[in-house]
Amino acid sequence: MSRYTPPEQSKAGQVFDIAVVVVAIFVALWLPLKLGLAGAAKSIDALDAKTWEALGQNPTMASIWEKLGYTPETAHDIIQNRFHYFIDWPTLIIMAAVLIGYFIFLFRASDREYRDVINEKFDDK
Amino acid sequence: MTIALEPAVHGDKVSLLRVLGPAHVWALGVGIVLVGEFTGWNFAADKGGALAALIVCWVVGLLYTSVAMIDSEVTSTVAAAGGQYAQAKHIVGPLMAFNVALFLVFAYTMLEVSDAILLGDTIVAKAGVEGLNHNAFIAATIVTLAWLNYRGVLMTLNVNFVITAVAYVSIVILFFSVSPWTQGAVLKLNELVTPGNALPYGWIGVIAAFQFGIWYYLGIEGTTQAAEEVRSPARSLPYGTMAGMITLLIAAAMTWYVCASMMPWEYLGTTYYPLWDAAKLTGSPLLENLLFIATLLAALASANGCINDAARAWFSLGRDRYLPSWFAAVHPKYRTPYRSILFLLPIALAFAFIADLNQAITFSILSGVLQYTFMSINIMMFRKKWPLGSIRRGYTHPFHPLPAIVLFCLCVVTFFAIFLGFGSQLIAMVAFYFLISLWFHFYRYKFVRRGAQFTMPWPKPQGY
Repeated sequence: MSRYTPPEQSKAGQVFDIAVVVVAIFVALWLPLKLGLAGAAKSIDALDAKTWEALGQNPTMASIWEKLGYTPETAHDIIQNRFHYFIDWPTLIIMAAVLIGYFIFLFRASDREYRDVINEKFDDK
Repeated sequence: MTIALEPAVHGDKVSLLRVLGPAHVWALGVGIVLVGEFTGWNFAADKGGALAALIVCWVVGLLYTSVAMIDSEVTSTVAAAGGQYAQAKHIVGPLMAFNVALFLVFAYTMLEVSDAILLGDTIVAKAGVEGLNHNAFIAATIVTLAWLNYRGVLMTLNVNFVITAVAYVSIVILFFSVSPWTQGAVLKLNELVTPGNALPYGWIGVIAAFQFGIWYYLGIEGTTQAAEEVRSPARSLPYGTMAGMITLLIAAAMTWYVCASMMPWEYLGTTYYPLWDAAKLTGSPLLENLLFIATLLAALASANGCINDAARAWFSLGRDRYLPSWFAAVHPKYRTPYRSILFLLPIALAFAFIADLNQAITFSILSGVLQYTFMSINIMMFRKKWPLGSIRRGYTHPFHPLPAIVLFCLCVVTFFAIFLGFGSQLIAMVAFYFLISLWFHFYRYKFVRRGAQFTMPWPKPQGY
């Protein structure tokens, strides 16, 4: 197998590639924040009666909350801010398909590249 | 085992310096991870309750024990800077290696961001001054640690060893100060974790808690990044990694026991400072100040190790031309990958200013779990392509393929856990990795030499 000689990349090309990577990183990490997609999916189950009993806190728990500087009113939003787990099947299926598709692409494309590497490396000997 | 070092490209015929021993490997691994005991693990209580946080502490501990076993075998054989990146390059292929390096860079950079935010928030909370902002503390932390990394790996990891040891000892001191053998005086586990609230969301909450259970140990695999700078990789890497894992399992158990016995799970699940809060609740100013300092030290040690690891992964990408080779330069005096360190500095700063703590942690966890999924398949391919006896291994992990199967199954559960509450973020991140993979495969790879990527003195893999 003939040895592959990669083209030399110009300085401008290198700078452009660095810019592509930086933009991609910022889009991947910043966009979910900007679009509000990042963070926990929680909501507050508001209670009318804001007492330690209504909030499900026994005397020991209540005393610790108070030691930490909270009252039933100020602790309400912490205690009642809950996850509401339910399985959204279409989203779950999309997520599974995206993940599986990603890994299949990774392994198949990697294998094609790997065969070239091995052929060139070991055909030299 | 001796590994031939590749010279740095770009005319810089300078290589990384082999100066580290097992203690540095331990410090690198535990230093990165220990901050997880000071913040982050407790969000598992938010997702599933206090008992769920304990269950995932042990089950995820099993996941990481598998990671450490697998990693020790592969790394003691593929001892090159970049760690899992170098493994992927030799075992799976270039595109996988490119992705693995990005997993590493993102996991560590976002962990560094989390550390800096924690440090800034902790100082602001301690100061209690109206209007004091954490940004100055974040910037000072990231810039100072980047400078330390720029100056040299030995100094960096010596500092890490000391501050990690102090932070660890503080957990032990807190544990014994609250009379762990007695309930009712300081610790009130029976009254705080009751049959009614132990699992407030039931078993689905336990599964959901896997996401932040990862935070107990995330980063221990970072020990492999120092492979080219360790004097005896075959001995130091497995020893340092496994010792680190044992250290962390003990710290995680002590941390859960103290915190769950001192705070209601709703508070525990949302505070940024569970151990510092526990110290405050003891009423001892000495313990409170000790845990305040320890929280800062743990954050510093972690951020320090993260800069070290992310820069080496980025450096490796440049060295193999997966990214512009400009990144592959080694500093002629300090022998560090200085351009990679400097390049990642503004990225970390930017995200430290725009993300909050649990978002940064989730970004880091996502990249970590993608990487662990790769590792479970990677070890299977490694054993298949080079069966035992065909090449010299520094360490051979027992019970293969059980650890790989356990690791893979736990990764699947963790993906589901992330879906429960953070699904959109997961899809956005995977979409990014997919798009950047297309860019690499169809464009960037043309600049990469083919056979030169394979640098291990191994025979041709079976099946090729």
